[in-house]
Amino acid sequence: MAVEIPKALYSGKIRQTRLGTGPKSVTIGGETSYPFHLFEGEMPNPPKIAMEVWDTPPVDWAEAALEPFKGVTDDPVAWAKKCISDYGAEIVCLQLVSTDPNGLNRGADEAAAVVKKVADAIDVPLIVWGTANHDKDTEVLRKVAEVCQGKNLIIAPVEEGDHKKIGASAIGYRHTVAASTPIDINLCKQLNILLGNLGVPDDLLVMDPTVSGIGYGIEYCYSVMERIRMAGLTQQDEKLQFPIICNISKETWKTKEAKIAEAEDPKMGDARRRGILLEAMSAMCLLVAGANVLVMRHPEAIKLVREMIAELTAK
Amino acid sequence: MPLTGIEIFKLLPKTNCKECGDPTCLAFAMKLAAGKAELTLCKYISEEAKSKLQEAAAPPILPVTIGAGNRVLKVGGETVMFRHEKRFENPPGLAILITDTMPDAEVTARLDKFNNLKYIRVGLTLRPDMVALKSESGDPAKFEALAGKVKQGTDGPIMLISSNPDVLAAGLKACADRNPLLYPVTKENADRMIELAKTSKCPVAVKGASLDELVELTNKLTAAGIKNIVLDSGARTLRRAFEDQVFIRRSALQKKFRPLGFPTIVFPGEMTTDPMKVAVIAATFVAKYGGIIVLSDFYGESLFPLLVERLNIYTDPQRPLATTEGIYEINNPTDGSPVLLTSNFSLTYFIVSGEMENSRVPSWLVVKDTEGLSVMTAWAAGKFVADAIAPFVRKCGIADKVKHHRLTIPGYAAAEAGGLEEELPNWKIEVGPREGSLIPAYLKAWKP
Repeated sequence: MAVEIPKALYSGKIRQTRLGTGPKSVTIGGETSYPFHLFEGEMPNPPKIAMEVWDTPPVDWAEAALEPFKGVTDDPVAWAKKCISDYGAEIVCLQLVSTDPNGLNRGADEAAAVVKKVADAIDVPLIVWGTANHDKDTEVLRKVAEVCQGKNLIIAPVEEGDHKKIGASAIGYRHTVAASTPIDINLCKQLNILLGNLGVPDDLLVMDPTVSGIGYGIEYCYSVMERIRMAGLTQQDEKLQFPIICNISKETWKTKEAKIAEAEDPKMGDARRRGILLEAMSAMCLLVAGANVLVMRHPEAIKLVREMIAELTAK
Repeated sequence: MPLTGIEIFKLLPKTNCKECGDPTCLAFAMKLAAGKAELTLCKYISEEAKSKLQEAAAPPILPVTIGAGNRVLKVGGETVMFRHEKRFENPPGLAILITDTMPDAEVTARLDKFNNLKYIRVGLTLRPDMVALKSESGDPAKFEALAGKVKQGTDGPIMLISSNPDVLAAGLKACADRNPLLYPVTKENADRMIELAKTSKCPVAVKGASLDELVELTNKLTAAGIKNIVLDSGARTLRRAFEDQVFIRRSALQKKFRPLGFPTIVFPGEMTTDPMKVAVIAATFVAKYGGIIVLSDFYGESLFPLLVERLNIYTDPQRPLATTEGIYEINNPTDGSPVLLTSNFSLTYFIVSGEMENSRVPSWLVVKDTEGLSVMTAWAAGKFVADAIAPFVRKCGIADKVKHHRLTIPGYAAAEAGGLEEELPNWKIEVGPREGSLIPAYLKAWKP
């Protein structure tokens, strides 16, 4: 008796987007089924991992996360290059932590100059992530878009409150926009529509549904992402068919569970491996929910997740 | 597949005898369909119709219970492919492997881990669920001794692993009263295993080389009256195991295909020898349909994240997790430390308390019961407003813990500051940040 495998009925596909320019550009999206459901669809571009670089030396990172980047954390260019040469990064994500008005509050010109230096020094796609402060991001990300004209950066986060100005700059200087909404499928769709109306081309738009790690509400973004994929793939919702980007590393490594020493709580086990696993396991959940790009930090977590992607897509 | 009221009506006697308490058979059928009446109320229903109705009422993925007494593991009973469609019901059981060739000290160490690795989170105790005992020597006496030792060493559910029914029977002898899961039933040993399952009434896990073979085996078992079945599709590569999980659940839920309508078991520990990879593979099956997940060993650094992931994924989307109302001490506060107020939505609590800990500033966190709603939602719903907060602040006892009587409320509840000053005349109300990430800076700037 042969078992008949019930197949899902798909009526749509995820859009394909090219990040960056030149020979090292990366194409994401294009899948025609739920994540890794290769028995009934295609995933022409398996999910990619972007390695995180900060534009200012991190002060509160767990030792385990800092160790692989010893000696380069005070130089974003060297840091980005190390990610590519030592850890095989296919995409770099520069987090503009220094621009936070509640922190160092570095100015737009200075921040944009750093972005330009990094962008000029690497040939892989560059994601530039602001601080989600509308006024500051508007200032900084517009300047970034201008000085990096033609590089097809991925500008994030572009939110409803600042989408017009940042979106217009991205269109003008030809960058990709990461539309960011707070864990809500309707707001996600609405912002995609607004950006479309503004003139952002469909192939220069990716979605950031706002993610969190294990223990900090991963179930919310997990389900929102599954609903987004369901709407785009099976309910012909064209405004939800964009690739998904997840900025997960910060969310997992900032938690106390990723930092607490084994000596302090022996049942929590080895702190280094725990941090790596919290990041890798959170990433895994987001992958099966529909992530196309994961922003990650620890080289070992990245290696683990790359192996999982390879095994899930093995012939 | 649940029948509709009309479909049930067709199977009833249609005499409108009213003895069930309903005026007509149709009304009774509607109640049955809604699960508001019991079939036994109808005395005139034919045996044939009865069995049809019972069959139809059975859940598409049968629940299976392993273990006995205080600690049992219930798996299966799932009704949806995606948790947002309703909820996932029974969290996957996490098992640790112990073999009969391990030195005694190792067996004891693993039992200790099984018994002691427990974590408290949002008032719940998170712990692993099962000990999987594997015969590697093939010696029945050795296996029996191991099962006996483990039975003494824990009250948790047990799984017995050997492809030789004689060895399994020996292990079973030592722990039959604990209702262990017997594994594997294969094409080769099926007849003897059916015998063993029937006499012991213990649940069994079936292993097929393919889904087709799996179906043949479960058909054979159900024909013999065995229904406590767990499925192992035999796949030991991540891709195939993942796809099989999807196939099995879809067949059961969408096709109502009974031969695959059982919970599954997966073996990440047999897919790789790297404990880190085992953990990440296990994480995949927590989200995607694993019923039982057998790990090679337990390590705090991977077990804790897995247990929390499981808690998250199996949280009912309609009912947010909430933490207990009360006063929480953070970084050993004194009577001069700041007092912060927040809601009891578990995420809010974790983020706020985590940021407070990160700040290293000794402080008090006062959590008000908002029925699991976040600050903004609770405020909008009238559960986090001055009228509700003030009585709580008065009776929670924080006034006895501090000398200063200054209360910091969340930025999102800033509108309540005035009302609270009126309701709590001897307190000074201060407005804190809107975002958790700004709490450390706020606390560091707070001056007594």
